Amino acid sequence: MGNMPFVVSMILVAIGFLTLITRRNLIKLAIGISIIEMGVNLFLVSLGYVKGGIAPIYTYAPPEARAMVFPTPQALTLTAIVIGLATTALMLAFAVVIYRHRGTLDAGKIRELRG
Amino acid sequence: MSVIVRTVSRVVAPVALAFGAYVIMHGHLTPGGGFQGGAVVASVVALLVVAFGCERWRKWTHVLLPLEDVGAMAFVILAFLGVGATFFRNVLAGSGGLFGAPVPQLGPNPGALNTAGTLPLMNWAVGFKVIAGLGAVVLLLALFGREDG
Amino acid sequence: MLVHAPILAIAVPLLGAFSLLGVSYINRTLRNVWACLIAAFTSAMAVAVAIRAFTEGVVVYTLGAASPTESVTAGGFPIRIVLAVDGLGAFMGLIAALAGVVAFIYCFQYLREEEGKSLGLSLLLLLWAGILGMVYTGDLFNFFVFLEITSIAACALIGYRVWESRPAEAAFKTMAMYTLGGLLVLIAVGILYGEYDALNIAYLSKAITGSLLDRLALGLLLGGLLMKAGAVPAHMWAPDAYGEAPAMATIVLVANTQAAIYAILRVVFTLFGGALASPGIGWLIASLGIATVLVAVLMAVVQRHLGRLIAYGAVSQLGYMLLAVGVGLVARGGFGEVALTGGIFHMINDAASVGLLFLVVGAVRRAAGSVDLPSLGGLGHTLRWEAGFFLLGALALAGIPPLNGFASKFLIYESTFRASPILAALALLASILLLAVVVRAFQGAFLGPRAREASPAPRGMLVAMGILALVIIVFGLFPGFFIERIVSPAVQAVLTGREAYLAAVLGG
Repeated sequence: MGNMPFVVSMILVAIGFLTLITRRNLIKLAIGISIIEMGVNLFLVSLGYVKGGIAPIYTYAPPEARAMVFPTPQALTLTAIVIGLATTALMLAFAVVIYRHRGTLDAGKIRELRG
Repeated sequence: MSVIVRTVSRVVAPVALAFGAYVIMHGHLTPGGGFQGGAVVASVVALLVVAFGCERWRKWTHVLLPLEDVGAMAFVILAFLGVGATFFRNVLAGSGGLFGAPVPQLGPNPGALNTAGTLPLMNWAVGFKVIAGLGAVVLLLALFGREDG
Repeated sequence: MLVHAPILAIAVPLLGAFSLLGVSYINRTLRNVWACLIAAFTSAMAVAVAIRAFTEGVVVYTLGAASPTESVTAGGFPIRIVLAVDGLGAFMGLIAALAGVVAFIYCFQYLREEEGKSLGLSLLLLLWAGILGMVYTGDLFNFFVFLEITSIAACALIGYRVWESRPAEAAFKTMAMYTLGGLLVLIAVGILYGEYDALNIAYLSKAITGSLLDRLALGLLLGGLLMKAGAVPAHMWAPDAYGEAPAMATIVLVANTQAAIYAILRVVFTLFGGALASPGIGWLIASLGIATVLVAVLMAVVQRHLGRLIAYGAVSQLGYMLLAVGVGLVARGGFGEVALTGGIFHMINDAASVGLLFLVVGAVRRAAGSVDLPSLGGLGHTLRWEAGFFLLGALALAGIPPLNGFASKFLIYESTFRASPILAALALLASILLLAVVVRAFQGAFLGPRAREASPAPRGMLVAMGILALVIIVFGLFPGFFIERIVSPAVQAVLTGREAYLAAVLGG
């Protein structure tokens, strides 16, 4: 059971890649990339988990010593979430621009740049 | 949107604003911080856009975009404060002044808000940046998607 | 102040990018002056870092510590984020400084106020800060963050012309590829953190044993960085991006691509240099490089869009660098050193020649309103300087003897021939084909009867092109001098500098 989060995160990554391959709508492509991002974030945050560990906040720590989860992967995950937010927002903005010019979000129909 | 949605938004918006401010303010003591609190506040923008339409918030973009710059600049300038030793050096921690109180002992305690030096200030800088940036993203995407743009 | 030079080179353009918009609300002249000051200061800091790294060895700067050199806390564990600049990083910083300065001189008269000039300048500074951060940082996660900063700023610049539909399409495609590449890098960072509980490149390099997970991380890192660099299976975004981005952004994009090559060198030779840097990986990189060269040159033949034609030329040059990196890894001593010298020297030559060509294409687009080759012709009658610069850049790109491209390409051919004569022959053949392509483009655009009216570029744009032309000629005339002064420290840092890098960061 200890490896469950890793398995789930890799399933998420696979779902994301499947979305990228099978869908042609630009918004759905952005969603696919977001799903991959979520999978990677889950992978990162589960790296820091210690069995039975408590949240790494020193002022809340009980008097008796107990294991804490690693705080660094949580910081990494947070940063990755922020970056993912920025990339998703930018991709959606480009999708809106493309829609306004071409009137469609179908990746097959908007291809002006070939070869 | 219907009158139910609008009424509920009126009630929820101030509460969400206060919760966002709390999350930013206590970023150095409890889970949370600038980004998370900012995202909570920006969700209020999304709520208002959904409930009342984006048109009446159009002029807010003139406030949000400069605010985003101010937040980002404040963060870099706070990092520059430490350049006497190194960049990002926490010069205010333990200095006795603003956010410079001594840290309480380990063990269960509510934590002291007036600690951690430049970290709370950086949380506020990031908070403003995220409130303004994320709010502007939501608002501009809503405005941009309309037929008349 | 010079102690803080590495971080100032990153933080000042970052601060400049945010403050520029605020200043632009006050006054446009003030904004221009402010942007010039920021750009001058940033490049001065990059040069200062380079001088220190070339004379004193690895420059280490620890963020948030009591003193910049206190990178390791008690217990021998590097807990803070460090910047570690060795010869290679300093050399890449010089390329970024050159590209940034030229882009800034060019864009003041290239961008129009009503098209969002302040935003363009701001994004350019952000991209610049990201590239400098990528090449200076000594922390793996920090590297990922700067990689994503460059991705976001670069894609925003590619989609700068929102009033056209093609740039947005190119930007969407590029963003998707960059994000996927970045996520592969992030998974690799996560794997390495999970194994060794550290993110510091030097510490990881010491700890890496070569287990199965390490191999997986190496593969993911290489895959992500090759996507970012635009090597062959993932090169589709590059011609779109280079073809549609505004000209001043393109030269910085080229520097950004080279930062990805820098990262490949850093990963293969420093991070995995102890355990996993085997000739097999070298052959893989070299074959990807030669595939990139061939595919890009063959695609360049059929282009009708001048920007995309040059863009495929740029992609092919990247293939030469990958080829050199691969050959350098195959034979770490002996002719591998020659290959790396050629490859690293080729980076700055490529930034100059490809950058010059893109700037000329931007000037042509501005002057003639189109870069579609069949509709152009006879531009040389009015755009005399531009025609001269294009010919110079084209000849340097193809590697004609007195110019800088020849010096570096010759080193690559020579060393590749000793590794595999077939690869060298293919590379030489591609180079000849590229010469034919760019000369045909020159003939189509600048010679012949006058096809349309065009006005010459303003002086500022010509100055920017002139700087690059000067670099091309001077580097071509005195290659030995520059190889000895700036390329050789970078090559030594790659080949033998791993111990010094580890010692400088970890102490002892």
